Amino acid sequence: MTRPRLGTWFIGTAVTIFFIGLAGVVGSVVVNSFGTRWFDTWLPEGFTPDWYGQAWDEFTLLPVLGVTLTVCLLVAVISVLVGVPASYVLARRAFPGRRALYLLFLLPILMPPITYGIPLATVLYKYGLAGHLSGVVLANLVPSIPFVILTMTPFIEQIDPAVERAARMCGARTVQIFTKILAPLLIPGILAATILVVVRTVGMFELTFLTAGPDSQTLVVALFYSMSAAGIRAQQSVDAMAVIYTAMMLVLLVVALRFVNPTQLVARVKDDSE
Amino acid sequence: MVALSHRLADRGIDRHLFLLVPATLFVAALFIYPFCYGLGLSLQPAQGGAFGAYREFFTDAYQRDTIMTTLKIALPAALLNVVASVPIAYKMRGRFRGKRLLTTVLVVPITLGTVLTAEGLLNFLGPTGWFNRTLLAAGIVDTPLTLTHNYTGVFLSLVITGFPFAFLLVLSYLSGIDPSLERAGATLGAGWAQRFFRITLPLLAPGLATTFCLTFVLAFSVFPSAILVGDPSGSTRVISIAAYEAAYVRYDYAAGSAAALIMGLVELIVIAVVLGLRSLLYTGTTSGGKG
Repeated sequence: MTRPRLGTWFIGTAVTIFFIGLAGVVGSVVVNSFGTRWFDTWLPEGFTPDWYGQAWDEFTLLPVLGVTLTVCLLVAVISVLVGVPASYVLARRAFPGRRALYLLFLLPILMPPITYGIPLATVLYKYGLAGHLSGVVLANLVPSIPFVILTMTPFIEQIDPAVERAARMCGARTVQIFTKILAPLLIPGILAATILVVVRTVGMFELTFLTAGPDSQTLVVALFYSMSAAGIRAQQSVDAMAVIYTAMMLVLLVVALRFVNPTQLVARVKDDSE
Repeated sequence: MVALSHRLADRGIDRHLFLLVPATLFVAALFIYPFCYGLGLSLQPAQGGAFGAYREFFTDAYQRDTIMTTLKIALPAALLNVVASVPIAYKMRGRFRGKRLLTTVLVVPITLGTVLTAEGLLNFLGPTGWFNRTLLAAGIVDTPLTLTHNYTGVFLSLVITGFPFAFLLVLSYLSGIDPSLERAGATLGAGWAQRFFRITLPLLAPGLATTFCLTFVLAFSVFPSAILVGDPSGSTRVISIAAYEAAYVRYDYAAGSAAALIMGLVELIVIAVVLGLRSLLYTGTTSGGKG
């Protein structure tokens, strides 16, 4: 493994530049959210935590956070309940049309959300589902259910089918096999999938944006509206809100990383996209 | 009746398949049906016959050019993310202290999301941001560079959110290649360039194609960043903005659906081309002889 020093140096520089840029992007938002007045100087004139209080009141952050939490939990629970049984069949059975079905579940992940989001929102509005919570949840289920299926299928494939056959020999029915044998073995995988669905749903902008009404905005959509309506709100208070969003995501991320190793995670995604 | 169910069970059709029903119904109702509905809508414009909305899209330069604008942003961004990931991942595939920390830090931008990245870029690269301030103080430039509200801003935002994703994927592909293959090459006298270009790269290429596709999908749907850090009525008017405007600003659902479907089609064409090229490459085990 001896490579030219020049290459090492070059790569080190590239990574450093990326991290400096990243730190600058995140840091300037954090500093600005605590600053009083910041125009043509390196740092704001003074520091104050007031913007957080203001963001809390002005953006009615509490209901927004409540909506975000409700949407994420509903989406995660429903997509696990619907997705895991399907991934069980896909992992264990060979049946005609299996590949076609797999492709069907792959498509919503491969498509940009806007592409199916616009027709989907139109349909949801037609049936009066969009504009409130149920529409947001339904729209977010579209990529989440396939995501659960694609992450859980390799997980189930790892479990030795002999365990299930033994249980069946002992007289267990399918429901019992699910609740007594598979569920305990699948808990780590289900937790990982749930957290990933929550992270994706918190960050999912397009679908929520297209289907949310005034009282069903998640944090990221509220953030977008307050940013694109620049001038009405103080930029610092928008930044304070962005910091709250990041903090929330970071907590989720740290929790997620306790269960999944990021490189393994994408290795699993890799197998799915084959 | 018993005989039929047995015969079906032999081919893998039994009542366990009912477990697939809820998921299939969901995807059919919330993905396939809206798609067909959108297709139907796009074929029933207020005027101009069945293909009026499409004809209008392709004859109006303001709409048609959004395809090129999107590709001009998404293709280079996806390409840069993949190409830059390869040497860095190659360098970092071994075990070293702090690898877990590094991968954790790299996941952060994925969770930032496009909106926060946009906000950060506006602050950091803006005319009085830290970046321009540093350049001015160091005497590299005389006037602040315009890096936001144009192509550069959107491009950078795609690199920040897309690069970590591409890097982690490439790293996991590289970790799947047996290092003893390269050691065997080294024993036979191959230099690092030969080892990289004749052993590792060919094994990695199919993975790179997949990575490119997934990164491209992310970059192709630039919507918030194109509006917030870009120039949404000019140089970064991407096709998703055109579709959104048609459907929710002009309330012309036919045009909106048509633009959305054209967007999906263009994306699928790019993916099909890349995957088609990928099928020409070696696809097989990457784990060495004893498999």
